[in-house]
Amino acid sequence: MPENSVICLKNIHKSFGDLKVLKGIDLQAHEHDVISIIGSSGSGKSTFLRCINLLETPTEGEIWITGEKLKLARNKKGDLDASDPRQLAAMRARVGFVFQNFNLWPHKTLLENIIEGPTQVLGKSKDEAIAYAEQLLRRVGLEERKDFYPSQISGGQQQRVAITRTLAMDPQLILFDEPTSALDPELVGEVLGVMRDLAGEGRTMLIVTHEMQFAREVSNKVMFLHQGQVEEFGHPDQVFGNPTSERCREFISSVY
Amino acid sequence: MFDLKGFGDQLLAGTMVTIELALASLVVGLCLAILAATARLSDNWFARNIALAYTSVIRGIPELLTVLIIYFGSATAIMAVARLFGYDEYIEISPFVAGVIALGLTFGAYASEVFRGAIIAIPKGQREAGLTIGMSPLKIFWRITLPQVWRLALPGLGNLFLVLLKDTALISVVGLHDLMRKTTEAVSYSKEPFLFYSAAAFIYLALTILTMVFIHFMEKRNSRWGDK
Repeated sequence: MPENSVICLKNIHKSFGDLKVLKGIDLQAHEHDVISIIGSSGSGKSTFLRCINLLETPTEGEIWITGEKLKLARNKKGDLDASDPRQLAAMRARVGFVFQNFNLWPHKTLLENIIEGPTQVLGKSKDEAIAYAEQLLRRVGLEERKDFYPSQISGGQQQRVAITRTLAMDPQLILFDEPTSALDPELVGEVLGVMRDLAGEGRTMLIVTHEMQFAREVSNKVMFLHQGQVEEFGHPDQVFGNPTSERCREFISSVY
Repeated sequence: MFDLKGFGDQLLAGTMVTIELALASLVVGLCLAILAATARLSDNWFARNIALAYTSVIRGIPELLTVLIIYFGSATAIMAVARLFGYDEYIEISPFVAGVIALGLTFGAYASEVFRGAIIAIPKGQREAGLTIGMSPLKIFWRITLPQVWRLALPGLGNLFLVLLKDTALISVVGLHDLMRKTTEAVSYSKEPFLFYSAAAFIYLALTILTMVFIHFMEKRNSRWGDK
């Protein structure tokens, strides 16, 4: 039932012109679910994740977030776009998104990056937002860097701040779009560590990733996408250990 | 201090008018530039083409002609409208107002291209990061895009402001008592062209250097958040 899931996606299609990137994907996540989305590049996993909060407009489909159906209407390009911008903004505020390239705002300090959403979107007072931001930064070990600018810290630290920026919104679901793919290998661990802690806290997460070992350890469900379709879905032990699909088996053995 | 055969005060007064005109035109021009740049980048066909027409026309005619058309043309236009409402008196717009409109339009047309380039240069992830936390597009523009646009646009805008500063001299042809006009008057009374034209050149140069120092300071200030 879409009503009692954190997120429910039905029959998501996405085409770029003639190119069909997503061909009808369904996904439902309940509270405390950690779902990893894997697949080779071009399989549509990032596009799918971006369709959830409409960074990419799906061509077809239904989106339910925390039991509420996102109102969609067809736009000039033939895609589905939000028909109620306020509803979309309110729903986005409940869904965190962590980007591959962090996308911290370079003209703001780390603290300013984190309090932007709470003060500008949630309407919290600055003092309250700062107190919460400092508490969150302490958890990822970056409290004494709070007045630095993003360009003054490492990529791994930037991604930890980007995750913190998301957490400051108290999201009910966090989407991770290849959060470690832009990092130097020695910096991957610190970001995965933070994500592992979040999963341990019982946060609901959807993770597009190439870190197979991490996906297997942390998630309770794994979705394997191939050419815009769900090729395999199940418990990580089954997907990684005993995949039913031939393509999934090939993919797993090639990367794992 | 600068007595200049008794014309020192007059030149100083003209300099103040020049500075006021330049700053007022800058404000008008920046607003127009931001509007035109966002219109050029919008999805709206009408807005895009209005902005394109504006920038093309203004950039396509000499500044002096723009000044003359605005000064004489707008008075005629306003009178024509006033006549429709039964008002038959002669109406004149002040040279200062005409100057602000003409120079503002000119600065806006050129600066809109500087802004457009700067807006395009900002990675789309910056905007997306705002969208994902639920910020409205307008808020994203003011709080995320524009502050970053300044940094990229500053060198180009500074350059255009220096051009604007010297274009103010054009407004003297419609009778504004700016530095240029005061200088010409001083020359015709004193018959000392070299002295007064040199003095005026020195003042324009001084204003230019002041501006350059200011721009440099702004660039320094912006660079605190580094190159990314």
